[in-house]
Amino acid sequence: MLQFLIKRFGQSVILILIVTLITFFLINLAPGGPASMMRMDATAEERAALSERLGLNDPIPVRYGKWLGDAVQGDLGPSLSSGQPVMDRIVERFPHTLKLAFWTIIFSVIIGVVLGIISARNRNTWRDHTINFGSVIGLSIPSFWLAIMLILLFSVQLQWLPSAGTGEGFVGQFKSMIMPVIILSTATLPTIVRFTRSSMLEVVSQNYVRTARAKGMKEKTVIYSHALRNALIPVISIIGVLIPRLLSGTVIVESVFGWPGMGRLIVEAAQSRDYNLVMGVTVVATVLVIFSNFIVDIIYSKVDPRVKNIG
Amino acid sequence: MKTLLEVKNLSVEFKTEDGSVRPLDQASFQVEEGQTVCIVGESGSGKSVTSLAIMRLLEFENGKITDGQILFEGEDLATKSAEEMRKIRGSEMSIIFQEPMTALNPVFTIGQQLMEGLQLHQGFSKKEAWNRSCELLNLVGINDAQDRMKQYVHELSGGMRQRVMIAIGLSSNPKLLIADEPTTALDVTIEAQILNLLTELKDKINMSIILITHDMGVAAEMADYIVVMYAGKIVEQGTVYQLFDEPTHPYTKGLLQSIPSAEATTDERLYSIRGTIPSLNNLPTGCRFHPRCDFATDKCLTEVPPLVKENDRLVACWNINDVLEKSRGEKVEIL
Repeated sequence: MLQFLIKRFGQSVILILIVTLITFFLINLAPGGPASMMRMDATAEERAALSERLGLNDPIPVRYGKWLGDAVQGDLGPSLSSGQPVMDRIVERFPHTLKLAFWTIIFSVIIGVVLGIISARNRNTWRDHTINFGSVIGLSIPSFWLAIMLILLFSVQLQWLPSAGTGEGFVGQFKSMIMPVIILSTATLPTIVRFTRSSMLEVVSQNYVRTARAKGMKEKTVIYSHALRNALIPVISIIGVLIPRLLSGTVIVESVFGWPGMGRLIVEAAQSRDYNLVMGVTVVATVLVIFSNFIVDIIYSKVDPRVKNIG
Repeated sequence: MKTLLEVKNLSVEFKTEDGSVRPLDQASFQVEEGQTVCIVGESGSGKSVTSLAIMRLLEFENGKITDGQILFEGEDLATKSAEEMRKIRGSEMSIIFQEPMTALNPVFTIGQQLMEGLQLHQGFSKKEAWNRSCELLNLVGINDAQDRMKQYVHELSGGMRQRVMIAIGLSSNPKLLIADEPTTALDVTIEAQILNLLTELKDKINMSIILITHDMGVAAEMADYIVVMYAGKIVEQGTVYQLFDEPTHPYTKGLLQSIPSAEATTDERLYSIRGTIPSLNNLPTGCRFHPRCDFATDKCLTEVPPLVKENDRLVACWNINDVLEKSRGEKVEIL
């Protein structure tokens, strides 16, 4: 376990370094900068003074070095647009995104696995075809369009659900989460359905499933205990892959639903060329992905005894 | 001796993309109490299908019993409901498969896989099931049973896994154990151990065994009675002595001749039956063996030989006399 942790930690540090390096150069090489985002009536001198004050005239590698030096000490710098520390702005937004991502994963895994099993058990019947068709639709419809359509239907027409915000009280929070979670799930749910289906189909033709039947096990036990546990192994590993997809999904969903999370924060940061904020959000998102993959690996090792137990 | 299992005119069909095929056609044979019956034949002759049909496991793999009866202690298994059949599987009769590497579930411990049958069929408590499982593991020659119970399949060797499969098969003292090529995937020393174990256990708990094998040596060693199958049909059946002393069907004869003898000189060619077993969706007319048979006549090309009593055993061949005449000159010594 300790060895695994050390190895994992080393890999993670390198990964974060690479991610920050690429992001830093990309955002700094993009045209414009904080100075060009000042009020329209700012003079050229004022703009030059701002760039000078923020240290933006130094070469990019030097600035990256400085940023990194501060970052490893836990200082992500001030937000260039608001002056607040980047850390404070992230801490304020982070829980909202986490809540959304968490419930999306829970929702997609439960519904996805159930639909996948139904699909596999009823292979090539109308149930299977319907679920497959739904998956393709879910994957191919642009989420921003679907989000707007849902708002038009449930918020504008029926007035059942709020179109934006995080809601007040338990019921309000729940209601305001329904649409964002559904939209986010369109990126993850179909993948889980398809993986569960194909994995289940493969597993039920395995010899050990026949053995279970030969032992006289009830069909329910055969499917939900003997087959499903094996079928879930590849599904668990795919969840690790889906988490980055989910985080990038939050950028669109949070913008459409006015959700005060990190997805919207990074859009705001990029638009105002708030270099420090972009970097901060990137680091936090990277850590989140690494951490969730770590959790996935631990679950994986618990489910599949052939993988050396790591936790 | 009392008859435990009587298979009567059993036919099986599989649906495939090119229509349906019949891997088992009008098969009839009996298993007496305490007897070991070997079903022999090349791959694709319908041996495994027979075993799956008797266990009624075919319907999970796209197969269907289309005709015939499977009388087990007088009751027809072919017409039993899925639920009735489920209760018989694993308690009254068990099966051991040929792939010990994949026949056990990789995500459950050996103990879990042994105990679940005992808890289900015998209504054992967890503790009773545990103790009985340890006993069973000892019975099949696994010593450190308490530790093995907690292990997973990937921690066991092939021979060990097959022993566990046998333990699972024996767990509720079945009257019939079907062993479908139980040693094919194992090496020769382990094969001998497993076969000895089966013989030993058979006497201990007085069960009948259907042993499916393509190895005539194994059949000679184990069988009381032998059923020879070719391309979905039974071509000859009789006691082990009858068949080995005087094989009457050219196919049986060919199988026996194909056993390499230890005394053969090195420059002698190993005997093999010419040609290969036909595909089920393209079966020859008449006797299915005729394209590979040295005795084939025009009659064999058009008319299917019935399985009739000849020379003290059941055999399906039009040219029995020719075969016997030729054999009397060159006798094969196996037993």
